[in-house]
Amino acid sequence: MVDPVDDRRKAHWSLYVYCVYLLLPLYWLVGMALKTNQDIVGKFEVVPGNPTLANFAEIFTNPVWYQAFGNSLTYVTINTILSVAVALPAAYAFSRYRFLGDRQLFFWLLTNRMAPPAVFLLPFFQLYSAVGLFDTSIAVAVAHCLFTVPLAVWILEGFMSSVPRELDEMAQVDGHSFGYFFFRLFIPVIRGGIGVTVFFCFMFSWVELLIARTLTASEAKPIVVVMTRTVSASGLDWGVLAAAGVLTIVPGLAVVWFVRRHLVRGFAMGRV
Amino acid sequence: MIKGVSNNRAWLAVVPVVLVVAFSAVVPLMTVVNYSVQDIFDVDTRLFVGLDWYRETLRDPRFIDALLRQVTFSATVLVIEVPLGIWIARALPRDSRATSAFLILLAIPLLIPWNVVGTIWQIFARPDIGLLGVSVAALGISFNYTGSSVDAWITLILMDIWHWTSLVALLAFAGLASIPSPCYQAAMLDGASTWQVFRYVELPRLKSVLTIAVLLRVMDSLMIYTEPFVLTGGGPGNSTTFLSQYLTSMAVGQFDLGPAAAFSVLYFLLIVLLCWLFYTSVMRSEADG
Repeated sequence: MVDPVDDRRKAHWSLYVYCVYLLLPLYWLVGMALKTNQDIVGKFEVVPGNPTLANFAEIFTNPVWYQAFGNSLTYVTINTILSVAVALPAAYAFSRYRFLGDRQLFFWLLTNRMAPPAVFLLPFFQLYSAVGLFDTSIAVAVAHCLFTVPLAVWILEGFMSSVPRELDEMAQVDGHSFGYFFFRLFIPVIRGGIGVTVFFCFMFSWVELLIARTLTASEAKPIVVVMTRTVSASGLDWGVLAAAGVLTIVPGLAVVWFVRRHLVRGFAMGRV
Repeated sequence: MIKGVSNNRAWLAVVPVVLVVAFSAVVPLMTVVNYSVQDIFDVDTRLFVGLDWYRETLRDPRFIDALLRQVTFSATVLVIEVPLGIWIARALPRDSRATSAFLILLAIPLLIPWNVVGTIWQIFARPDIGLLGVSVAALGISFNYTGSSVDAWITLILMDIWHWTSLVALLAFAGLASIPSPCYQAAMLDGASTWQVFRYVELPRLKSVLTIAVLLRVMDSLMIYTEPFVLTGGGPGNSTTFLSQYLTSMAVGQFDLGPAAAFSVLYFLLIVLLCWLFYTSVMRSEADG
């Protein structure tokens, strides 16, 4: 006889196996970031024999690396703020009202999430060059909106729909203006949902390479692009490459740490 | 979205989203469609060719090969990732302190830039300096993802599972968390087996989250570019060249604007069609059940 409720309080052994599978490649990356290139290529060792921070020092002292890091954080931040700002009113409209063409519009938004970035590379380059935004962080941020905004609307709409309509009506009865209701009453209720949305916008913008590479040349070059160029140029600087890889995981960890409480609840509320 | 108040002024709230998305969506899509029906020699010399590029693309054996590889790859990773993700979600502890630690751990692969994912596996699987490569070699199996296409595929699939199973697991876990415990207790009183609990209590309630998970995985696996680009570069030979990779080599490498645009339109339509078919079939079965 199973006792599913109590049974579920403990992790199943298979979960630990999977976690080892998750962690081994990461461990190898961190280990490699702590080795010199001679040690990486020269001998095989599971635990770095003489760990060094030289690879990280290289990144923190070389402007090509740390500026690229700054560029990435800039466009991801702009993208996240912009996506959430435009998605909030739209998601509210989708969750509370019916209007002409609402379903069609919603599906159209989602089709943009389905467009492979490779399809749009050349037109993007031409478009953003034509409006004078090529090689700026704004260009990448706006282009990434193509897939972060539909997702943001999708998630936020799920959250807002789970908030009872009575809240809106009560605020109206109490004589609050719509602005007061929306910003002071409604947003605090769905802040968990905003946390989840921020997580997803950040995630999909931070991890994207193809569009970021197409829309930047030198000034706004992001970290992910600098990494690929290092591979193709020298091809052998494994240590620095691994160290840069480790550093690209840090912002993601920070975000997931901040929204960890909302994450699960958010997944559960949205669209279920 | 079903039981809203009818109000066309709500359009005003949607305008910002439409503007932001349309800026990056409409003009580029029009450009692609426009290119796909022209033969472009230079900026001023263009020739309208109708659907010629579409015909050519559909007859291009390299396109067909890339498409078949793409479908095989996407189907394989979906078949592995969805059940595995559900399994992991069920194996996660609930309401304990360890839960959030496990969840953060699961979220890590999702937050790593895609080319870094490629780099991680490139390093990890290398037969000379990678833990996986060296371990497999120590077992006496020759393994080299840059030389053998089978090994390249195995590495790519292992990488994709590593990268994306977490998404399915997190979504499925959220779905499981929303099942009230009386449902379990009732099933227990009826003496249901673990499989029956899963099949009749959990799976029906997981349907909507699994729809999202499968949709996202269908879309993203069909678009895959960066990870194989870094890991295998599409090789050995063309054995891991998927649609995006072939398209970029066509558009950027050879600068064949017309054919590349026709390719793009077909590629985009394929993804939209698959997602639409899946979505409507789920909706229909929901309406029936």
